[in-house]
Amino acid sequence: MEDLSLHILDIAENSINANAKNIEISLIEEKEKDLLTLVISDDGIGMTKDFAQDVTNPFQTTRMTRKVGLGLAFLEEATKSANGKLTIESTPNIGTKITATFQLSHIDRKPIGNIAETIVMLIAGNPDVDIKYNHCVDELQFIFDTKDIREIYPNIPINLVNVLSFIRKYISENINLKK
Amino acid sequence: MAKIKIEDLDKIAEDVRRKMNIREGAGRVKITVHMGTCGIAAGARTIMNTFLNLIELQNIKDVIVTTSGCAGLCSREPMATVEVVGQAPVKYADLNEERAKKIFEDHVMKGRYVEECVLSIGSERIQ
Repeated sequence: MEDLSLHILDIAENSINANAKNIEISLIEEKEKDLLTLVISDDGIGMTKDFAQDVTNPFQTTRMTRKVGLGLAFLEEATKSANGKLTIESTPNIGTKITATFQLSHIDRKPIGNIAETIVMLIAGNPDVDIKYNHCVDELQFIFDTKDIREIYPNIPINLVNVLSFIRKYISENINLKK
Repeated sequence: MAKIKIEDLDKIAEDVRRKMNIREGAGRVKITVHMGTCGIAAGARTIMNTFLNLIELQNIKDVIVTTSGCAGLCSREPMATVEVVGQAPVKYADLNEERAKKIFEDHVMKGRYVEECVLSIGSERIQ
C-alpha cells in the first residue's frame, strides 16, 4: 500500500465484510505531539477476544478464498515503521475499533494520500452503509457524513455517478485545513 | 474562491429528480471491481475510478459499478467482472487504466469481449 488512504479503504472493507452499517473514520494530526492518529470504528459483528488478539497474524483470516489475510498486518507494519502502533478493540455483536498511530514527522510515515477517492469508492461499492469521515489538523476540523446527504436529499441515490463526483470534489476541496 | 458546500448539491439533486422519471433500462451492465487487500494494493481504486469517470463523462445511466472482495487469484489483480444482462459474466485480470478504458468502450458499450484481458467467462464456484 502506497499511502494511508489505501489502508483506510482496505480496513473499511473488513468492516463491510463484518456487516457494518456505520463506519467512522478519523484522521487526527497533532503537530505539537508530533502524532498522527487513524481510527476506524464500525458496528459490525466484531471479533472474539482470541481472534482479535492474533488478527494481525497473516495466517488469521475469515475469508474462504485464500488462507492468508494481510490487511491489518500491512497496517501494523506501516505504524511500526513510523514509530507508532496498532491497537484493536473489538466486542462480538457490538463492533470493532482499529487505532493506528504514527509519528507525524517520521521520514517513513506514509503520506495520507487521496482520502476523497477512498471515501467515494466506499460509497460507490456500498451505498447502504453510512460513512462518517472526521479530519482534524490541530484545532481545525472537517467532517463529512453520508447521513447528512441522505437527510437533506432523501430521494437521491447516493451512489449516482454525479453525486459521487460531487462528494469527491466536496471532500478534496474542504479537506485542506489551513489557518 | 469560496469552497464548495453540501448545499451545492442542490443543482445536481434537481437535475437528478427531473431525469429520474425518464431513466430507462437501469442496470443494463454491472461492473464489479475486486477490492480485497490484494486488489487495492495492485491498483483497484484507480480502475474503479476510471470506470466511474467514463460513466460520468459519457453521461451513461444504465451501468452500475460496485465492489467485491478478493476472488482468490491475488497475483492477477486488479480484476473486474463485467456482467451484461442476458450474457455470461466475464472476469478480466491484470487490469490497468488503459485496459479498463478498452473494456468499457468495447464490452460495456458495444457488447464485445476484450479477449486479451479475459481470465474466464461464465460463473465459477470456489470450494
